[in-house]
Parts: sequence; C-alpha cells; structure tokens
Amino acid sequence: MSLKTEEMILNMGPQHPSTHGVLRLELKLEGEIITDVIPHIGYLHRCFEKHAEAMTYPQIIPYTDRMDYLASMYNEFGYVLAVEKLMGIEVPERVEYIRVIMGELQRIASHLVALGTYGADIGAFTPFLFCFRDREHILHLFEITSGARLLYNYIWIGGVSHDLHPDFLRLTKEFVDYFRPKVKELNELLTFNQIFIDRTANVGVLPAETAINYGITGPNLRASGVKWDLRKDDPYSIYDRFDFEIPVGNGEKGTCGDCWDRYYVRVKEMEESLKIIEQAIEQIPEGDVTSAIPRRVKPPAGQVYSRVENPRGELGYFIISDGSVNPKRVKVRAPSFVNLEVLGELCKGHMVADVVAILGSIDIVLGEIDR
Amino acid sequence: MKTPEEIFEALKNKFGEAVINLATDQPVDPYIEVAPLEVDKVCKFLFEEEGFEFNSLLNLSGVDDANGEKVKDENDNDIIKGGTLSVFYHLESTIHRHKIVLKVSTDRENPEVSSVEDIWRTADWHEREAYDMFGIKFLNHHNLIRILMPYDWEAGYPLRKDYQNPEFYKGMKVPY
Repeated sequence: MSLKTEEMILNMGPQHPSTHGVLRLELKLEGEIITDVIPHIGYLHRCFEKHAEAMTYPQIIPYTDRMDYLASMYNEFGYVLAVEKLMGIEVPERVEYIRVIMGELQRIASHLVALGTYGADIGAFTPFLFCFRDREHILHLFEITSGARLLYNYIWIGGVSHDLHPDFLRLTKEFVDYFRPKVKELNELLTFNQIFIDRTANVGVLPAETAINYGITGPNLRASGVKWDLRKDDPYSIYDRFDFEIPVGNGEKGTCGDCWDRYYVRVKEMEESLKIIEQAIEQIPEGDVTSAIPRRVKPPAGQVYSRVENPRGELGYFIISDGSVNPKRVKVRAPSFVNLEVLGELCKGHMVADVVAILGSIDIVLGEIDR
Repeated sequence: MKTPEEIFEALKNKFGEAVINLATDQPVDPYIEVAPLEVDKVCKFLFEEEGFEFNSLLNLSGVDDANGEKVKDENDNDIIKGGTLSVFYHLESTIHRHKIVLKVSTDRENPEVSSVEDIWRTADWHEREAYDMFGIKFLNHHNLIRILMPYDWEAGYPLRKDYQNPEFYKGMKVPY
C-alpha cells in the first residue's frame, strides 16, 4: 500500500526561543526530514545605513554599538579603524593597547553568550547560567571603564573617550586568573558531556570549500579547518605583537566542520583571548589617550573598506566620503548576515530538532543581520 | 600576489573595452571600473584564472552616486533625474593573499548589472540587499526579491538619496 505524502511547510519563528531574536525560518519538510530552509530576515531592520548618512562621523559610533549588541566594543573598534584609515590618523600606543584589551574581553563575553545559549538551546540549562555569571565580570569591567554595561560609545575616532579606571588593569588581571579554571569547568560540564556530543557531532557539517564560497568567516570558518583569522592574516592595530594560536576544528568528535567543532573552536578562542589580554596588560604603556582625537572629522573624498575579526567573523565597514562631515555611504559587511545564508545548505537531510542545534552553532545576532 | 596595476593590465588585455579604467586617485584602495553587463565574465575570469583565484567575495555594496539632476516632482519633493547607481565588489584570494576592488556604474533610470551569484554563493544575499535598498536589478539572479524590507514594500528603495517615506503601509501610519 502506498501512502500519499506531500511536502509540509512549517514556520519556525519569528517568535521562537532558539532563533536568538526575531528570525523566521521557513522549513520545508518531508516527514521529519528537512528538504530546505529559507530564512526570512528584516524584522529588526532600522536602516542603520540611512541613519549614518544623516550624521557626522563621530555621531555614528553609538549606532554601531546597536548592531551586534553582544560585541559592541568590537563594532566601534572596526568603525573607528575604517575612519582612521581614510583620514590617515595614527593613534597613541596606549590607545592601541586599551582597544585590544577591550576587544578581547568583548570576544570572551560574546563567546560566553554564544556557548551558554547554545547549551540552553540543546537542553543543558545550567552551563547557560555559569556562562552568564562569568560574563557579568566582564560587563562590570566595561562598566567601570565607560559607564555602560552593553552599549559603550567608548572607542572614539583617534582615541578612546577617556582613560582607564585606576583599578581596571588590576581587576582585569584578577579576572584572567579567575576565568582560566572556569573554562575547564565549562568543558567538564558541557563540552565533553556525552549527551551534548551526541546532539552536535556529525550534525551540520560544513566543508571548507563551501564555507569559503559562501563567504563564511570567523569561528565558523575555522571550525571547518581553515586557518584564517584576520588578527594573524591581515593584522590590524597591534595584533602582530602578541603570541597566540588560531584554533581550528579537526573533527575530534565527529567530522571536521560539524556543530561540535564550531562550538569547541569558540571555547579554545576564549583561552587564546586570555593570553592576549595577559600580554597586553604587561606591555601597556602610560600616555595620553585623547591626544590624537581630531577636532573636526572631515575625511578626504574617496572610499575605504576596512575589516576586523569580530567575535562572529569578518566585520567590514565600507565607507564612501564626499569630503564633507557626513559620510555619503556606510555599508556594513555584517558577519552574521553572511554566515546565516549557509543555513539551508547545512540543514538539508537533518531532522527538525537539528535545525536548532545548527542555527545555534552558527551564532547569529539578529541586530547585526537586519541592521 | 598581484598588485592592482598588474590585475588591471591582465583584465584590460583580456576584456578590452569592458574594463574601463583604474582609479588611483583614491586615499586608500584603488579600484577598477568595469562595464555593468560584463562584470560577471570579469569576475569569472578573476575567480578561475591561475595566479588570481579570487575565491572569496568579501563585500558587495550598492551606492547611490546622486550625480543626476535635482528636480521637483508634482508634490514638491526633491527627486534626482538621470545619473548613475554603482556597485562595489571587494574580492580577495585566500590562496595568493591579494585583494582588489571592482566598481560598476549603471544608469539610474534602468539599473541593470550582471549577477555574480553563480560564482560566489555569498553574492546571493548581498545582491538581494542591493536590489532592496537601491533597486539595482541583477540579471540572471535566481531569486531577486527584497530581503530586509517587507516583501510587498511599494514605496521605493530606501537608500536612494531621493527616497520619500510613505505615509501609510497597509493602513498603518509609517512615521509614528
């Protein structure tokens, strides 16, 4: 006897706890097997790029905070580097170090959210609370620096808004010593948990070739075994002074480029960030942090594309200046926007429950996708 | 590793008229200007040819050059007539570690550019975004629909310099 079957279309989201924001996934199903996933985005669209055209260059910085709200420091960092490149500004040594420390702390904070919520998506709720507890320490460090926990407006064109709090370096050092054992704890609790491995290993395998063709960057690309990190491969700021490794996925628990690899690369990256922070604290010189801030930001006419290694991948700013105080065009190459595109490819042939695991492993932030 | 000058020379020899010029008056990166309907062939060449192998499209960005004539429409709104829209392509080779910027300019009234989507899959969403924001039509794109704005948005393309916010969208007041 043959049963009549037909394709079923199921909407996941826009209100769904594991879509990490307002994202709608149109799932095409054959029974419980996914045949295609079509992401529908734009629910958070504020048209940052249109706003930017109406503002002066320094006024744009707070808006960049609100794109990838889990990595605000890094968004500012990328934006000011682009403007500085266009204007040819050299910033003082101390500023470079402050930016790197902030950037790496932000990377850890962002990865903690990624790892914690990933565990929660899959059903392990305790690691989520552990991760948020540790992230709180970083948010506290940011708070004593800039006065804000999430949206800082701290890194300015040519410098930072003000110098570090007198206790900052001591507290950061304490945090590094505190956090190292916590990574081990997370590994025992979640990473090498057999149930977790069963849910994530061999799921959503992304081959390196496909990843590059889809423009995937960041931990997602490195999990596929490609050793590509802009901090090493196209160094900006002072990243060439630090000694750190680029973790890549090697299919330890399954296939190279599966969800578990994407998860584990982030864990290892946090340890590397700790190394960078430690070195930066030791090397940071004294000095003025506001001396290079230009009074009037008026870049020469022309275009620039500048990129940084954001916690989620390559964050690029494409700025066209017409020589006035407002940019003519600001385009953000948001890593999450590009990374999400591959979702359909990864989900084909998997079960509905695996969509949650795959989407979580890509680690998207909708504020950045929709801008 | 190839310099922009070498890449320009090679493209000029291969494609002749379709490769217009190399703009070196830029403060940071020079760019190569290419004819809008030939850009897919140029990109295919850059993607495949040994020694170039630009395997990664970093960014694709539409731009409103706003270089047309500014006139008033019947409702006394400023609109731009004529001029061009542009698309910038940022390519990189992770094999040879070189980068290049391509630019195409197309007519504002009928903006048509060849799609590069079948070379780099990542171009799919980038091109949809450029279509959504500027109304640039990418020929041979398999699914050129809006991406960030609502699918049935009828008020035009938001990032054009003469865009007017509509008063209502489906009976809802827009400037709330």
